[in-house]
Formats: sequence, structure tokens, C-alpha cells
Amino acid sequence: MLGYILRRILAVIPVMLLVAVFVFLLLRLTPGDPAAIIAGDMATPAQLERIREAMGLNQPLHIQFITWIGQLLRGDLGTSLISNTPVSSMIASRMGPTLAIALLTIIMSVLLAVPMGVLAAWKHRSAADYAVMAFSVLGFSIPVFVIGYIFILIFSLKLGWFPVQGYTPISAGLLPFLKNAFLPALTLTTIYVALIARMTRANMLEVLGEDYIRTARAKGAPERTVLFRHALKNAAVPILTVIGTGFALLIGGVVVTETVFNIPGIGRLTVDAILARDYPVIQAMILLTSFLYVLVNLLIDISYSLFDPRIRY
Amino acid sequence: MAQTPPPASAMQPVLRLIRMPNAGLAPKIAAVVLLVIVLATILAPWIAPHDPLAMDPLNRLKGPMPGHPLGTDNYGRDILSRVLIGGRLSLMIGIATAIVSVLLGLIIGMIAGFFRTADAIIMRMMDALMAIPSILLAIALVALNGPSVGSVIAAITIPEIPRVVRLVRAVVLTAREEPYVEAAIALGSSMPKILIQHLVPNTLAPLIVQGTYILASAILTEAILSFLGAGVSTETPTWGNIMAEGRMFFRIKPELILYPGLMLSLCILSINLLGDTARDMLDPRLKKRAG
Repeated sequence: MLGYILRRILAVIPVMLLVAVFVFLLLRLTPGDPAAIIAGDMATPAQLERIREAMGLNQPLHIQFITWIGQLLRGDLGTSLISNTPVSSMIASRMGPTLAIALLTIIMSVLLAVPMGVLAAWKHRSAADYAVMAFSVLGFSIPVFVIGYIFILIFSLKLGWFPVQGYTPISAGLLPFLKNAFLPALTLTTIYVALIARMTRANMLEVLGEDYIRTARAKGAPERTVLFRHALKNAAVPILTVIGTGFALLIGGVVVTETVFNIPGIGRLTVDAILARDYPVIQAMILLTSFLYVLVNLLIDISYSLFDPRIRY
Repeated sequence: MAQTPPPASAMQPVLRLIRMPNAGLAPKIAAVVLLVIVLATILAPWIAPHDPLAMDPLNRLKGPMPGHPLGTDNYGRDILSRVLIGGRLSLMIGIATAIVSVLLGLIIGMIAGFFRTADAIIMRMMDALMAIPSILLAIALVALNGPSVGSVIAAITIPEIPRVVRLVRAVVLTAREEPYVEAAIALGSSMPKILIQHLVPNTLAPLIVQGTYILASAILTEAILSFLGAGVSTETPTWGNIMAEGRMFFRIKPELILYPGLMLSLCILSINLLGDTARDMLDPRLKKRAG
């Protein structure tokens, strides 16, 4: 078990190293001189040279890469070319809203999606089942920003229940925070629920056909126990997996949702950096989100053994 | 012995798919909706009531009126015409992405599945590529390469490739142990011949299904890229950039987002439903899982 966890953790290293290589090459191999882009059209050759010098662009590629990795390992994410502040402090100041909304989304999604999936599988081919399926196909088909705008239109502009845009940190009180964060989280929840409910239903359907479910029912176990103790627990591993792989979807969704609701989170920070070609910020953000994705999936992999004692390594 | 026909079992379901026997009502409606949308966008230059780029400063942000059934946008351009024409490029980007990512994924997946030495390296690279959030990777690619149609297609394609590679590799890994592949190797068939004649047909069914899902997600991603400011430049309307332009006027005229959004969602919904139907028909084993 411990050996397995150790091996899984070590396997993260080559993946992250490759991600770093991709990100590095992505920015270095694109057409155009980064220094010229940063300096703008009016730059003098001397200015360009100074920027190249500052960014280390004059050195051979592999030296640039090694220098960069060395800095990363020391926790130095570089300095923004636009605002001239350290990237790490920029990320730290923008992390709060994103984390809060992502957490709220995950909680709301799991609380909604798992019961929906269980219900759909339990009442297979009933109206409830079709409703859940229809919802999950819809969730995959409407762009997340359109969902966001529809929510703003209905809940903010027509009903006036929530502010249209903006963000209040949780430190200002739970209620003001929720007033601003609920609609963005609900928007993200719509797509995440679609994914999780579908997977829950599929796996519950499979498990409900197993012999031990018939046995449990035959010995007179109440339906609630059958569904949640016997069936759901056995369907948990694939559901957990999809929550993990869906994390990438969540990151993409956060980026879009923060733009719709004008939330000063790291999603917005990343988009702004990409559009302004703020290379150090782009590199740091893509690396960081990839690392988070790998980390979440690593934790989920390891947690399998908690849900399914049959999995022993 | 020269011409071994591909295993019949792999081709048959593909043929059956086109006829859609005993499919429910939903996929049939989806097929009709999709057909109408595709025809409307193909015929858009002839059926659109106005030039989608023609401005009319006197009639800006107007509601439905004679001559403008869906009203006008902030430049007085006809919304209906823009939505119809916008579908052309959106669909084209989707189709191009689906074809390119399936083809590239097929080639890379075959190599990974058949050549053990290449497998480990290719799959680690695919793992790394999958770890990068696809939307971020795509906006970065477009922002760095310029907002051309080609770079948008490339940006949506690259994050899709690993999924296709994994699929093809899995199919090839199973198929290569089959007696008929072993027999072909024993008979001294050349490697390209084994790959093309014996392994490609096996990947056909899952690739058709995957291709429809990629088509749907590519149309969605194009819209998101445009929305974030990293899409095709607004000289050519797409569903995505019409919605992106509508953002500024959302409070006064939500239709600028809602109409193209509706067209796009209907289109993606139909493609997804058809994809599900294709999956159920091509792989009865999956049907049991997904119901």
C-alpha cells in the first residue's frame, strides 16, 4: 500500500516535467519575438536588447529551460512583465475567490448529482430517469457562459435576487459572500452535475444488477440500505474518478465564469495574462493548474482503497 | 490470400448505423434538427435576408421588425442573417477539428499500440498533454499564433488528440492479440498492411462515436474561445464571436447572446444525442452501462 502510494507520487514527476517542457516550448516556439511583443511597436533596438537580457532570451534554449526549472524549484515563479510584481504574490491575491467558488461548486454538484443519479438508476426508465438524462445532455450542450447569462437575466435582472456581477470575500460575512458567489457556482454546477449524475446513474445501474443486491433485497434489507450502503458504495470508485477528471472541466469553467460574473480570480488573471502575452504569468498559471489537476487525480487514485477495500496494491 | 477482407464484424455496425433501425424518437428528431441547421447555414448566403456585415446606424439594437425578424445588433446589422452565416464557420471549425484530431489520434495511437518501444514515451506525453486544462491550452495557442481560423482549429485539436490516442491504443492492444493478427504476422504481411487492413477497421466504430463528441465539443470550444477574446476575428461572424460582441449589450439586448446560443446549443444537443445513439448501436456492451 505504502509502496503503491510512493510509486504513484513518483509517477507525477515525469508528467509534470513534460508539462513544463510543453509550456516552455509553447511560448518559445511561437512565431514572433517575445521581446518585440512586450516592448510594442515603438521600441528602440536598445530597449529590445534590454528586455531580451532581462528575460534571458539571448541564451540557448536548454540553458533557459534549466534556469527556469531551477527558479521554479526554489519557488520563484518569476515577475509579471506587465505589472512588474512577483507572479506568486499575484496568484496568492487572486486565489481566494476561485477556490471559494470551486469548493462551493463541488459541494453543490455532489449533493445534487449523486442523489439524481441514484434516483435515475433506481427508477430506471421512469419519468424521473428521463428528466435526469435530459438534464445531463443539456448540461453538455449549452456553453457555460450562456448558462451564466441566462441565470443573470432571470435571477438578477428580472427577479433581483442576486447582484449582477462582482465578488465579496468570505471574510466580509457568509451571507454577502453567498449573494455574490451563488450564481457563478450554480452556473458551474450545471455542467458538473451533468457529468457526475450521468456517471452515477450508469454505475448504479450496473451495480443494481449484481447478485448481492438481489441477496440484500431478499434478506429484507430496507431499500434505503440497499441503495446507499450496498449499491452506492460499490459504484463510488468510477464516480470519484469522474469527479477527478471533471476537475479539468471545472478549471475551464471557472475561467469562463469569472469573466461572465466579473470575479477577480485566477481564471480572469490567466485570460488577461494570455491576451496580454504576459509570459511568466502564463507559464506559472498553466503549470499550476496542471499540477492541481494531477494532484487531485493522484489523491482520488489513492482514496480508491478507502472506498473499495478489494483494491490492494 | 493476397486480399484478406477486413473482419466483417467491424464494418457491419457502421453500415447499420446509417439506417438507424429501432432508435427512439429523440435521435430521429435530433437528426432532423441537425439537418435543418446544417442546410440553413449552407444556404445562408441565399436565404439570409440581409448582408450579415451591412450596418444600419439608424436601426441599432432594435427588436423584431419588418425586414429584421430577430431585430438588429449594436451596428444595426441583421441578427438573423448573422446567426445563419455565423453557423458556417462554427460548423466548419467543428468538422475540421473532428477530422484532424481523429486522423492524428489514429496514427499516433496505432504507433503507441503496436510498437512497444514507442508506447511508454508517447503515452507519457499524452498524459502530460491531458494534464493541461484544455481551455487554457487552447486560448494560449490562439493568443500566441494569432486569431486565424487555422490557429483556432489547431488550438482546439491539440487538446483533443490524447483522448483519441488512448482510445485507438486500447483497441489496438486488444486486437493485436487476436489470432487473425498473429496469423497475418506469421504469414509475413508487411507492417503497414497489418495496420491498415486488420487494425484500422477495428478502430472505426469507436472513432465514429468519439468523432461526433469531438465535433460537439469543438463547436462549444470555438464559442468559449471567442467569448474569452481568443477566437476568430470578428470580420467573419461565428456563433462564438457574435455572442462575444453581444456581451457589452447584454443588459439592453440579451437576444444578441440568446439567439446564437440557442442555435449553437440545439446543434450541439443534436450531435450529442446522435453520438449517444451511434455508441449504443456500435457497441451494445456500452449500452448496458449507459442505459
